[in-house]
Amino acid sequence: MSNPLVVTLDRKSAPRTIFAGDKLVEVDMPAGTRVLYPRPPLSPLKDVDAAIRYAINHPHGSEPLHALLRPGMKVFIAIDDISLPLPPMRRPDVRERVLTVVLQTLADHGVEDYEMCIATSVHRRMTADEVRWIVGDRIFDAHWPDRLYNHDAEDAANMQEVCTTDHGEVVEINKRAAQSDLIIYVNLNLVPMDGGHKSVTVGLCGYKSLRAHHEPRTMRDCHSYMDPKSSALATSVERMGRALQKHVKVFTIETTVNNNMFDKSLGFLHKNEDDLTGGERAALKALTFTLSKLPQPARQAIFQKVPSPYGVTGVFAGATEAVHELTLQRCNEQYVVPVKGQADVLVAGIPYISPYNVNSFLNPLLVSVMAQGYLFNLYRGQPLVKKGGTMIITHPCSDIFDKEHHAPYIEFVHNLLPETRDAMELHKRYEAKFASNPAYIQMYRTGHAYHPAHPFFMWYWGEAGRQWLGRVIVVGADNEYIPKLLGYETARSMPEALEMAKDGLSHDPSITMTHIPPILMADCTG
Amino acid sequence: MPASYFDVDGTLVRTNLVHPTVYYLANQANPLRSLKLLGRALARAPEMLVAEMRDRRTFNELLFSSYEGISQDRLLVLADDAFESVMKKALHPHARDLVKRCLDEGHEVVLVSGALDFLMTRLADHLGAHHVIANRLEIKDGHATGRLLRPVVAGPEKARLIREHAKARGHDLNECFAYSDSYSDVPMLSVVGHPACVNPDTKLRQLAKAYSWPVVSLS
Repeated sequence: MSNPLVVTLDRKSAPRTIFAGDKLVEVDMPAGTRVLYPRPPLSPLKDVDAAIRYAINHPHGSEPLHALLRPGMKVFIAIDDISLPLPPMRRPDVRERVLTVVLQTLADHGVEDYEMCIATSVHRRMTADEVRWIVGDRIFDAHWPDRLYNHDAEDAANMQEVCTTDHGEVVEINKRAAQSDLIIYVNLNLVPMDGGHKSVTVGLCGYKSLRAHHEPRTMRDCHSYMDPKSSALATSVERMGRALQKHVKVFTIETTVNNNMFDKSLGFLHKNEDDLTGGERAALKALTFTLSKLPQPARQAIFQKVPSPYGVTGVFAGATEAVHELTLQRCNEQYVVPVKGQADVLVAGIPYISPYNVNSFLNPLLVSVMAQGYLFNLYRGQPLVKKGGTMIITHPCSDIFDKEHHAPYIEFVHNLLPETRDAMELHKRYEAKFASNPAYIQMYRTGHAYHPAHPFFMWYWGEAGRQWLGRVIVVGADNEYIPKLLGYETARSMPEALEMAKDGLSHDPSITMTHIPPILMADCTG
Repeated sequence: MPASYFDVDGTLVRTNLVHPTVYYLANQANPLRSLKLLGRALARAPEMLVAEMRDRRTFNELLFSSYEGISQDRLLVLADDAFESVMKKALHPHARDLVKRCLDEGHEVVLVSGALDFLMTRLADHLGAHHVIANRLEIKDGHATGRLLRPVVAGPEKARLIREHAKARGHDLNECFAYSDSYSDVPMLSVVGHPACVNPDTKLRQLAKAYSWPVVSLS
């Protein structure tokens, strides 16, 4: 019986429909192309609130939460920001449900001295409405902004160096967290690179700590980000987390969701195009046509204003590492698709969203993050494409940036990338100075801009893919200069891109295409 | 080492040039004299309004003519009070943070303002800024004549003064920063490599959007 997640196309196969930003495009792929589809959504938990209560009362590697509490103690609750999940989930967000139980438990045990913090690290500050979305009206109204606030990695007076690892990595986190008797971390784990020690060690840290691992050399040693055991980034973060937990007590609560990104009305986007019913095929055509005719802001609104009906598939609580092991298992159950053999060419549609453009446009730098960062790295074992192979992506690569959220990205793309695309060079020559630009830092602190170090980190994010891939070809770019700045070639159509990919090969290239979103992760063996 | 050039009124403080002027006029030794000076300034208000819409320099000259006849002693005696009562209270909440960050980065911090020098030096001391480029009243026989000494610090002249300052101090303008809230300061913002708009007016906000200049909120 053929594997429904790995489909080999033949001459009769329907065209594939993939994302090209906030549009959908139909592409005719050659017979023999292998297309990977995501697993169907795992069944959600029937009673999420009961699962939360059970998890914190029956934790892994720790006493139950109530046994850690005593009147008069100081508690710090850190919460994952809205970059997870993608798109944001329908209300009530699972974090609201967890917080409701946690706050009730604190009240029951006489803990009054607590604060809640959105663990944004150097991401942009979330708006009040975004925080409200995550924590719910009741918690928001009772705590914002005095006891519920965004982390500020540049508030020197409120950051504290806690320790240094034996590798010289400085562990600096939010001072209130460092000085609390207990940190409770409320996580939403979308993919395997989230959660674990990363939650506190990265979510509550500043540039000083991030520099230890968000640099090109570490990024090159990740094979991949999604496989923590083979990720130098995860290894460094784990080392820092272990060192930190010698000084602070952390109770971790992790949650997992299924991959039910699209509502029933868009359910056909999950499916193999050959398996669509007549109605679904018509709906897909209609959606593709409509998106092609709508102006960009309307397309963005359609996708970004509609939250996803994710189902909660797991709640785990207790000691960070014991909890995260279970979280990873549940994530892998949802995402892993076994695949045998690498291809010469990897084809991927770049969607409209990434963790870094919630409620804004996927700018050119984020296109490269999605291509060589996320989509290339959605594997464990070995990459889907051979060393030196070609990645073909579909995206307009429009020169559009959110002027507030991504203000420092603009200068990075237009002033620094023309100087060099070499990550080591960017790191050595430009990063420190750029990351301390007072205007951008003020935008990060009092506006809603990403920290000026962030565009560098984003470029490094693509470093493993950049080192592995021979070339990247963009289909459907609306300009030539952005792809050139990113180091990409351009093609007018998929057949032209596939023809270009034949260069240097003595045979017809083997092609693998990933049908993402929803998310899948290839377990690629030789 | 780069320099950071800050416009002051509207950028670092909520007040504008009018507020300290009114404070001075209202706090003369003799209440009748205060009334007389305020009345004279009020009579010129329509003219000032037209000037403000057309040319910042003319506005400055008209406004500072209100100081005519005030003794130099009085100007200096009231400076501390005017700074404490008007300017210090009006500092934007994050103004100090931004200036401090520039200082921490080793920038030479310069206040560039159409306001009067004796007020700006007090603000510079308060913020830790290194230099002041500001307007100076002409004094004759111990009294203000109501005229400004050349050059009048306003609009495009600010850009020239910044160039001159940077040259004298050995700063590479491409490495320098400038901050302002007003469209009238576009020349000043344009001469540096790192312009930024602070709580900008509508016209400057539009320009900032077009040129992708950072827009900073200090409120």
